Amino acid sequence: MLLLLFALPFLGSLGAAFLPTRSRNAAAALAGTVTLAGLAILIAYYPGLADGHSSVRLVIPWLSSLGLDLTVRLAGFTWLFSMLILGIGALVVLYARYYMSSKDPVPRFFAFLLAFMGSMLGMVLSGNLVQIAFFWELTSLFSFLLIGYWHHNQSARDGARMALIVTAFGGVCLLVGFLLLGHITGSYDVDVVLEAGDAVRNHSLYLPTLILILIGAFTKSAQFPFHFWLPHAMAAPTPVSAYLHSATMVKAGVFVLILLWPVLAGTNSWYLIVATTGLATLLVGAWSAIFQNDLKGLLAYSTISHLGLITLLLGLGSPLAAVAAIFHTINHATFKASLFMAAGIIDHETGTRDLRRLSGLARFMPITATLAMVAAAAMAGVPLLNGFLSKEMFLAEALTKHSGTVLDSILPFLATLASTFSVLYSVRFIHQTFLGPPPRDLPHQPHEAPHWMRLPIEILVLLCLLVGIIPTLTIGPFLATAVQSVLGSETPAYSLAIWHGFSLPMLMSVTALVGGVGLYILLGSRLNDFPNSPFIGHFRGRRTFEIVLAATIDGARALHGLLGTRRLQVQLRLLVATAFIAAVLPFLELGYSRGSRPDTLVDPGFAVLWLLGAACAIGAAWQAKFHRLAALILIGMCGLATCLTFVWLSAPDLALTQLLVEIVTLVLLLLGLRWLPKRRPEQWPDTRAPLSVPFRRGGDLLLALLGGGGMAAIAYAIMTRDAPHGISHYFLEQAYPGGGGTNVVNVILVDFRAFDTYGEITVLAIVALTVFTLLRRFRPATESIALPEQQQRQNAFDDAREGRTRGDTVRHYLLVPRVLMEWLFPVILTCALYFLVRGHDLPGGGFAAGVTASIGIIVLYMASGTRSVETRLTIQPVRWMSAGLLCATLTGMGAWVFGFPFLTSDFTYLELPLIGKIPLATALLFDIGVFAVVVGTTALILIALAHQSIRSPRAPKPTEAAGEGAR
Amino acid sequence: MEIVLALAIGALTASGLWLLLRPRTFQVVLGLSLLSYAVNLFILAAGRLRTDAPPIVGRDGPVDPSLYADPVPQALVLTAIVISFATTALLLVVLLASRGLTGTDHVDGEEGDQ
Repeated sequence: MLLLLFALPFLGSLGAAFLPTRSRNAAAALAGTVTLAGLAILIAYYPGLADGHSSVRLVIPWLSSLGLDLTVRLAGFTWLFSMLILGIGALVVLYARYYMSSKDPVPRFFAFLLAFMGSMLGMVLSGNLVQIAFFWELTSLFSFLLIGYWHHNQSARDGARMALIVTAFGGVCLLVGFLLLGHITGSYDVDVVLEAGDAVRNHSLYLPTLILILIGAFTKSAQFPFHFWLPHAMAAPTPVSAYLHSATMVKAGVFVLILLWPVLAGTNSWYLIVATTGLATLLVGAWSAIFQNDLKGLLAYSTISHLGLITLLLGLGSPLAAVAAIFHTINHATFKASLFMAAGIIDHETGTRDLRRLSGLARFMPITATLAMVAAAAMAGVPLLNGFLSKEMFLAEALTKHSGTVLDSILPFLATLASTFSVLYSVRFIHQTFLGPPPRDLPHQPHEAPHWMRLPIEILVLLCLLVGIIPTLTIGPFLATAVQSVLGSETPAYSLAIWHGFSLPMLMSVTALVGGVGLYILLGSRLNDFPNSPFIGHFRGRRTFEIVLAATIDGARALHGLLGTRRLQVQLRLLVATAFIAAVLPFLELGYSRGSRPDTLVDPGFAVLWLLGAACAIGAAWQAKFHRLAALILIGMCGLATCLTFVWLSAPDLALTQLLVEIVTLVLLLLGLRWLPKRRPEQWPDTRAPLSVPFRRGGDLLLALLGGGGMAAIAYAIMTRDAPHGISHYFLEQAYPGGGGTNVVNVILVDFRAFDTYGEITVLAIVALTVFTLLRRFRPATESIALPEQQQRQNAFDDAREGRTRGDTVRHYLLVPRVLMEWLFPVILTCALYFLVRGHDLPGGGFAAGVTASIGIIVLYMASGTRSVETRLTIQPVRWMSAGLLCATLTGMGAWVFGFPFLTSDFTYLELPLIGKIPLATALLFDIGVFAVVVGTTALILIALAHQSIRSPRAPKPTEAAGEGAR
Repeated sequence: MEIVLALAIGALTASGLWLLLRPRTFQVVLGLSLLSYAVNLFILAAGRLRTDAPPIVGRDGPVDPSLYADPVPQALVLTAIVISFATTALLLVVLLASRGLTGTDHVDGEEGDQ
């Protein structure tokens, strides 16, 4: 059930996302059902949690070794918070149904809203710190999408981006803070962390942990100086503002502070940072709210100020203050959500939110006006409303000494001042909107909103009244549960009575009320004349944010300009140099020496072989620029030397494969040569090259020599030492008894490490398809489009003579080779099959066989030309590849049938007597798959490249005969 | 033998690196081929040199591992050979496409000052 609660909003979101764009009612109904179902589940859990000590946990192990499990945890406080999320969520859904225009893509809105609800719920219900951080980021992400819902609107996009950057920045800090917390306590489990309060507070990492977590909480809860994003987020549709920016998301920071209050609070640094920030936010928010001319702006700043109040209460660090904080969190959500909804109705029905234009609306929408006035009164802290109760608690706490610093003595005054401000802006909100003369030139004629749209406000205002008048009967038990679950044994005695007698807090309240109303009478409409708040209006959070953002981007760009380069050569130089330095460093530290193993005797043949090989390599390096064909041949010689070395050093499988691959590589590169430009002569034929050129070339040469020398030295050092005892012995010993083959290399490939091979053939297939796709869109350079010179001459010759058709010349002089090559085809194929079948016991195997078969195909192409081969023979390389992969996969999956892991082959069956032959069969099947993939890959690449020649030359004459392209 | 093979690896690496740092695409392709020879030989050398001892075991009786060359580097190199063909092909085609698009065979897609 708990998991269902966890997943329900996300499922609903997914469902809403797939509804048609115009189905406003269906989406709203879905969202409402989901939310109410969640509420029902949640309420069903309450009896078990009512005592405040018990909690419900559900752990689904995931990466237990890293402390990462999916943990769902429901305790008193999180229960209350979840109720808040789902309860207000349900009302917002109802409200949004009527608020959103049917022209907007409403299902998208509800999909985002439900996803946000799910993230918020996920965060609250998480029993694991990392999980909390994850859902925390999700709320940032979905709030970004919700603020930017009207994405055609510039301010919506800006506001969304700002909110995302600020809160995501905080989210990263929060994550790091949580990781530190996990490091300190040894677990990410919330319950474990909550037990470890003392250990955390006395740890040397306490301060960084605290600061990081606080940055996270402060950015999310719009605390000074991060508060600036919240007013800009008002570009969101009003239901979003009512939900995210009053009741839920901005409370996420507060939630984390309350959740970790038992762990982190109680130290001097906590008091200093949290209380000061809270106080500053309280005052700045309230002061700014007075001077806002936008209804939603006023409410936004008032939200900031109330969040500051909650933070301040938490910062005071006394249990009683924590109770007040929890209580005020709920109260604020109730009245602020209803105020936002009322503001939305006013905006919806009049077309403006400008306080300077609104007036006397009570005449036109009496019910909404009454509701909003009650809610605003709750915001101001008028008695008999819920805001009054928590404000009383706050004022009482403000009077208590907490730290013995100067803050203690000024706090009562500042608290009264903030309350006065709060009264002032509440009065302004009520008076300028609803009272006074009838409004003039409004965009719409105002009238009452539909009943269903008012219903959510009515419910919320009713709650305000109920909680305000009979707190012990309504919120009392739930609050007690929540407080008990957070504070445990520290739970203080508190009273929710409305009347505490004539006390100092009462006096402060009255002062604030009288002062606020008095100030409004005094200042009145003059408040309208301020373009922004005096004194602190000059602190433009947005400007600062944008400057910082621009500086970051410029800085990154400058750094990139300084250190980055788009030039491949420079990058490669850096890469090679770095690799070289990395390789040299350990030698500098430990010294270089050859090993103790004596050199084996140098075979003169081997020495001559590599004398030639090295000469060819150097020659290729020297000539590759101007003599490509020669360089290619020289490279081929190096390949042959390598191949002979493999033979020499007891690696027949490698030698065979190398030889075959050498052939196809050569054909491949020859095919490529056709499309390369003619090499220009030296750029500086007459004059001397600029000084930078020899310098650069010298540097490259040095780098190459250093790299080569280094490789030689390392190779020598390795070869003169004895081999460590690795896994080779196991492979050698088990190859026949375990793998059923005597060619150990092949047994490793198709049996012991078959999964690697499986991955490798997949890579091969992907590469071949990439090559094929690239070549389909291949556009050769204009100068390469014409037929090669040789073909042009042959064609000219054929055209000039009577009785000859184009291509005759080449057909004639290739007659004998062609016949030979065509006859070779079956021979080569037989050879390939032979390699394949014997591969398990003797040199050969799928790779060698595959390349051999593709060589057969290439030979055929070379002998007869692309077109004539393809009229007779259909090769479908892609089919070969898919068949091969399928064959290998099925062979691998065959093991499942017998209850063994993927690609388990013969080894496991060997225990059954009498069927000793079967193992050989499964490995061979796999090898056949490898064979088919290699055939398909090689053939696909080469044929695709060869096809370019017959495809691209646009026929100079319409009579052009079958191309000889693949030649 | 060791010293010869080491020098051979060194020569192949040096030539390969030199070509890798050149500005023309074809040179880079050849350089990579040379480097792949060098690396394959290096991996083989890491299994130490054995002549006349291919890792092909007998069918009967227990096997004495010391009589055979190390099969693990060989298995690694075998797949590397085939893969290097595929990557060479891919690189070649990318470079050809780049040449078709930009009109030059310089590795940066535009003529440098070299």
